[in-house]
Amino acid sequence: MKVDPHSNPRQSHQGIWILAEAHQGRLLDVSLELLGSAARLAAQRPQPVWAVLFGHGVEPLIPTLWEHGADTVLAVDDPALGWFNDEEQAALLGRLLRQHRPEILLAGASAVGRALAPRVAVAESCGLTADCTGLEIDPASGALLQTRPAFGGSLMATIRSDAFLPQMATVRPGVMKRLDPVPGRRGGLVRESLRPEERRGLKQLLEWLPSSGGEEGFGNASFIITGGRGMRGAEGFELLRRFAAKVGGAVGATRAAVDAGWAPYAIQIGQTGRTVQPRIYLACGVSGQIQHLVGMQGSDLIIAINPDPAAPIMAMADIAIVGDAFAILPELIALIQP
Amino acid sequence: MKIVVCIKQVPGVSAVSLDPETKRLVREGVKSILNPFDLHALEAGVRLKERHGGELVAISMGPPKAEQALREALALGADQAVLLCDKRFAGSDTWATSYVLARAIATLGNVGLVICGKQAIDGDTAQVGPGIAAHLGWPQATGVTALEVAADDGSLAVTRQQDGGHDRLRLPPPAVLAVFKELNQPRVPRLSGWLAAERAPVPVWNAEAIGADPALVGLNASPTRVVRTGPPPPRNKDSRRIETTPAAAAAQLFHELRRIAAI
Repeated sequence: MKVDPHSNPRQSHQGIWILAEAHQGRLLDVSLELLGSAARLAAQRPQPVWAVLFGHGVEPLIPTLWEHGADTVLAVDDPALGWFNDEEQAALLGRLLRQHRPEILLAGASAVGRALAPRVAVAESCGLTADCTGLEIDPASGALLQTRPAFGGSLMATIRSDAFLPQMATVRPGVMKRLDPVPGRRGGLVRESLRPEERRGLKQLLEWLPSSGGEEGFGNASFIITGGRGMRGAEGFELLRRFAAKVGGAVGATRAAVDAGWAPYAIQIGQTGRTVQPRIYLACGVSGQIQHLVGMQGSDLIIAINPDPAAPIMAMADIAIVGDAFAILPELIALIQP
Repeated sequence: MKIVVCIKQVPGVSAVSLDPETKRLVREGVKSILNPFDLHALEAGVRLKERHGGELVAISMGPPKAEQALREALALGADQAVLLCDKRFAGSDTWATSYVLARAIATLGNVGLVICGKQAIDGDTAQVGPGIAAHLGWPQATGVTALEVAADDGSLAVTRQQDGGHDRLRLPPPAVLAVFKELNQPRVPRLSGWLAAERAPVPVWNAEAIGADPALVGLNASPTRVVRTGPPPPRNKDSRRIETTPAAAAAQLFHELRRIAAI
């Protein structure tokens, strides 16, 4: 344990880095959202914005990062980075941070970001704020103020960690606004490579299993239709899926519906499932237990359909429809049908 | 070989309220529970022990009353439980917390596997598992939804949830895993388990007992500082209620969705 949080005196650090993530040749949406955040922070405290891109065959993605606001792309292309190898990526990112000394590092609160950022933060003796929904520069001190929900969103905490650089944060997908892309905008390119001592070679990839349906990653869906105990069974979820297909939405479920076996855990929303913040959240037959509400209360527009006007979800909803989803949704599907 | 499961005692509901005057968390009347995600970590540990042998140790950093969460771990099948409790640990963020847990794991010795839950329901950070791995210099796998240990060389085969799918990996022990709820269905402790757990000793280790540098624990060693807390921004409360026939309700909803260009 040679790490010492006091061994990081504030030196000449400059730059805002974002960790860009690519999967199967596509950048995650959150990576472009991070560039939007970084650009806004750089407007408050002028400094270059760099996108760090690790992967294999990621070269074609570099112009997209420039167009969305990266002043420079730091790219490391290596077969060993073609899948998420925590130890390699943490060793590499740590070394690059020591070498280039950015003031801020932002990563998406994705599967990779939530595994890599804490490993790097500990190894580099700096602070890390998880799952931020707000970022700004404190005008007085220049510190990054990182705001995040805690206790399932019932409390907002603002955190700073500027005594230990870089200031690190993971950012919740779907919250920050990306910049309008500037076609043809070009920036700098720095190529780095994975060093022999960073090839830990501890893990071996056996298999990649792509998800079948659109049931995962609905953290980014703009329209989520959730069913609860009131959907009465798997057939009820079939109705929700038909409606979701009509509006290009994703289906979610409450814990009660998952425990009853009507829907898979992958789509459970709430305290012990996922937290979502879609533009529109339609809750059908959901009573609105607090454990569910904390997973969706950040949605822009909440619509509830419930026969019980006194159900807690109805008090939270922007549009509360007293009625039966089994009667209303088929009518709605018919209206949308061309 | 030992398997260590790291657990946390958390408030029983994730929704807490702020005292409007003091701006502090209202903790009165909120029961403490074992973090629900940690039940899956414990279950994973118990199953590995049942199948491959070894000793299962539950550890927790917390105040004296966190002993209750450790007794629950004993009731569920842990062989030993250790409470990491020291006034100097108070105010630790995830950096300092993972340092204390890593020091305890090093002190236990002969540990082949550390299992954590996905995250704690109060902080929701999911940082402590990877933090322990970094402090120990061990490999890690997070988002674990399936786990097997090879009988021949003891290597771990894990399935991880990633964005866009799952991957399957092999990694050598010692390692740190953070497991997801999909991994297993936790058992319910038996009465005999509870009775044994109530009688079991739960040793308390302080900074000296784990060889922790007091300068690296607690509030002063924590790189993050909470500068303010407050309620979330209020929801827009000009809510509408629609109470009519299904056809009319569907028509109103249709127009609303069209108005905001959702369809």
